[in-house]
Parts: sequence; structure tokens; C-alpha cells
Amino acid sequence: MAEKIFTWLDERLGLETIYGVVLDRKVPKVNWWFTLGSASLFLFIMQGTTGIFLTMYYVPDPTKAYDSVEYIMNGLAFGWLIRGMHHWGATLMVLFVFLHMLRTFYFGAYKYPRELTWLTGVILLLLTLGMGFTGYLLPWNQRAYWATTVGTAIAGSVPFVGDFILKVLRGGPDLSALTLTRFFSAHIWMLPAALVALISTHLYMIVRLGISHIPGEDE
Amino acid sequence: MAAKVKSSHMSRREFTKVVSAFLGGIMGVTLGIPIIGYVIGPALKSQGSDEWIPVGPLENFPLNEPTLFTFNLTQVNGWERTTNSYGAYVLRTSDTSVEIRSNRCTHLSCRVAWDDAEQVYKCPCHNARFDIEGEVLYGPPPRPLDIYETKIENGVVYLNPTPKEA
Repeated sequence: MAEKIFTWLDERLGLETIYGVVLDRKVPKVNWWFTLGSASLFLFIMQGTTGIFLTMYYVPDPTKAYDSVEYIMNGLAFGWLIRGMHHWGATLMVLFVFLHMLRTFYFGAYKYPRELTWLTGVILLLLTLGMGFTGYLLPWNQRAYWATTVGTAIAGSVPFVGDFILKVLRGGPDLSALTLTRFFSAHIWMLPAALVALISTHLYMIVRLGISHIPGEDE
Repeated sequence: MAAKVKSSHMSRREFTKVVSAFLGGIMGVTLGIPIIGYVIGPALKSQGSDEWIPVGPLENFPLNEPTLFTFNLTQVNGWERTTNSYGAYVLRTSDTSVEIRSNRCTHLSCRVAWDDAEQVYKCPCHNARFDIEGEVLYGPPPRPLDIYETKIENGVVYLNPTPKEA
């Protein structure tokens, strides 16, 4: 019965073909450093899942943000676990994406024909840092408030256009409710949408081009 | 390459499959259960308050005439405190006894009002009627008006703010 259902689905969806192309593709002999990309992807999915569940209780408003986070941590079953995973997952994701970049660089995996994979990867690293920056403000505690004050002030130190950038980031000259909602919007919609689009492109090119082998001594 | 030999041992591929399924299952359960608890937790929390609310001295209430009494209850919902107003009809039945009924219609929770001329509770939503004892006379309500538990201490009436089905 299960086989019949699978055959029916496979005829229409081409599941075997997808499996073969994506997972059974030829891979050179590689080492553990080559698992960092998969680890980054896993962390991204985990951040997405836990983040979706956090929005169920989090309120992006200066009068309620702190209390809602407090409720998630102390008033709710397993809220500490979901937020803890999101908190530590964020740190790990920045770390793993960065290590993944170092591996690609030191193994020369950015060379022809994988330049575009590298370029999308650079943007993915920047977007990941953007997720860290916007997410840091959301708990709306002292550390979040002052970190964002300083972070946006650094952006404001750009010559000529700095003041404009600072106002755009903060939604005005100072941190306010507008800063919180725009950081929230960027954190849960804009940056994730861009990340999903670029991760898809990145993965498509990995499947299409295969991964590079470890450079030998004569290369 | 050795020729393929049918072995009773597990192949490397089978082993990987079993281990992946096993570890994946453990991860799924250890994450799935907390997530379910996280989502449905607030729904399972009991909202009842056991604090008795003073209604007033018994002699203040006229005999056999329902009198409206309103009280406020503050509940903590997540990060917010919500104060709701509740209404109850106090009916003194003798010098030492009292009955207090909720003014929530048992049909869809509209507020019923006592009509002194017709001697019935009227619901404004679907024209339901209840008699002075809270029994359904007319309309869609499935059961009589809910009853509040009461006690009388030193001549003062108290009610328990969690209504019970009559």
C-alpha cells in the first residue's frame, strides 16, 4: 500500500529523480570541514522554526516587549527552551557561517566555476549579521537598547550620508517605538525573505556544479 | 572489490539509515513535546479565582426580588492584566438564605436582565426567558442560569466568583 502511494506520487513529482540529483550526487573525498555549510543550513531552519513560535507571544512594542519576553521566559511552559534555542542558535549561526566562509577561502573553493556561489555566500554572511543586529534589539532590555544606540550611531558616522542612514535605521533621530517595529519587521520578514531566496540560489549552484575537491600539493 | 556476499550483518547504508531514523526520532520527540506544551500551555491554565467577594449585608437585599450586583475581576493573561466586569442577580429567599445567579445567558453569553413587571429574566439577543429560579421558560438556552456559590458570615453575603452550572 505504502509502495503504491509512493509510486503514484513519484510518477507525478519525480521524487526519485530529485533524491538522485540532490543527495546521490558525486562528491569528492572531503573532510569534516565540508559539513559547515549543512550545519549553517540546519541552524537557519532551527532559527526559522523557533522564531516563528516566538512570534506567538512576543509583542514589538516598547511598553510590552520586555514584559512579553519575561512571560516567555518565566510564565510559559518551555518558553525558556524555545527562546534559549533561538538565542544560542543565533550565536552559533554567525559562528558557523563565518567558519564556512573560512573553509571555502582556505580550500580555494570560490574559484571557477563557483564565483557566484561565493558572492551569494558573502551576501548571506552579511544578511546573517543583519539578523543578529536586528534580533538583538527585540528583547528591549538595557543591553539591547544601548547596543542598538551604539550600533546605529556607528552607522551614523559614515561621512556625508551618515546622519541620513542613522535616521533611516532608527525611524527618526532617536530610538523609539518606530525603531523597534522596523527592526522587528526586518528581523522576521525582510531579512528572512532575502535569506531564503539567496540560500535557494546558493544550494541550486552547489547541486548544479558539485563541490570542489581538496587542493593537492601540486596545485 | 570483493564480490557481493549475502551477509546477515547490516550493510553500511542500512546502518546509516537506522541510526539517522533513530536520532531523528529522538530529536523530533524532544523538540515536538516542548513545542506542543509551549503552544497549548496558556489554554490549559486554570483561570479560576477562589477569593470570596463580599456582596453586602443580607438585609440590604429585598425578599424575593432579584437585584443586580456587579463586581470586577482582574486576571493576568500573559504580559497583561485584564479587568473584566461581571454581573450577578442576588435573590434573597428568606431571612437566612440567598441565591445568586449569573446574568450570562447560557445560550451565547449575552447579559440577561430582570424584568420586574413580567417577573422573568429576558435575554436581549434571542428573546430567551428565564423564571425567577433561573429555569428556562422560552427560547434557545440549553440549561438554567448558572449559580454562584455563596456563604453568609456575620450577616454579610459573599460569593465565589466561579459560577457553577445549576
